[in-house]
Amino acid sequence: MSTGHDTLFRTLADPTRRAIFERLCREGEQTVAALTAQAGVSQPAVSKHLGLLKQAGLVRDRHEGRQTHYSAQLNALAPLIDWTSDMTRFWEGRFDQLENLLKRMDQ
Amino acid sequence: MNKAAIQTRSVIVEREFPCPPEKLWRALTQPHLIEEWLMKNDFKPVIGHRFNLRGEWGGVLDCEVLAIEPNKELSYTWNLKHDDAAFNLQSAVTFTLTPTSDGTHLRMEQSGFRPDQRQAFGGAQAGWQQFFAKLDQLLARED
Repeated sequence: MSTGHDTLFRTLADPTRRAIFERLCREGEQTVAALTAQAGVSQPAVSKHLGLLKQAGLVRDRHEGRQTHYSAQLNALAPLIDWTSDMTRFWEGRFDQLENLLKRMDQ
Repeated sequence: MNKAAIQTRSVIVEREFPCPPEKLWRALTQPHLIEEWLMKNDFKPVIGHRFNLRGEWGGVLDCEVLAIEPNKELSYTWNLKHDDAAFNLQSAVTFTLTPTSDGTHLRMEQSGFRPDQRQAFGGAQAGWQQFFAKLDQLLARED
């Protein structure tokens, strides 16, 4: 499991690579050309980053005609995400708001 | 994955509020008050009533009142449908109120998370921002 973590961390530690991955997470499937237009680096560099993301299982590619489309593989992140702790933070925040509300209800 | 991770998980949050149970109960069961601390809703304190909680992130939770005992216990489902089944959430939330010497102890238990749960409450955008902020912190610690 820690080897998996290491690979994920190493792969996402590069800011350009992480930006590409974040963009695929937020905006869905993209072509290399579309990614290059925003990445601020050359197309071969983007392709290299995508190759490493693919090796880490973070993206999947799909060929259509001459274009390759990339999409994020969110399940690759599962070992890093503890949603129960996120949910706990969510409820702690809501309880703060509840506390505020109860104070205001006094007035 | 260890054995504990295979079972569904619960989230429990508890706090004591300096007010009587009756007042806390109103905040938990009156729609305009629920909206102030939780989400927009069409809640009714009736067993079997189906309602929605609408989050500011655009997510809509499907809920159904499961149990209601005035000033003591309130329980409803907290389900989220997603196009990708892996993101579906089926859970139940139970609030338990216990009077104390200075006020009311509130216990919230949300149960039903699967260990492979991709996302806890559908805050797609907010969730990702939080996730990446956390990832940044983790990466900083790794260095």
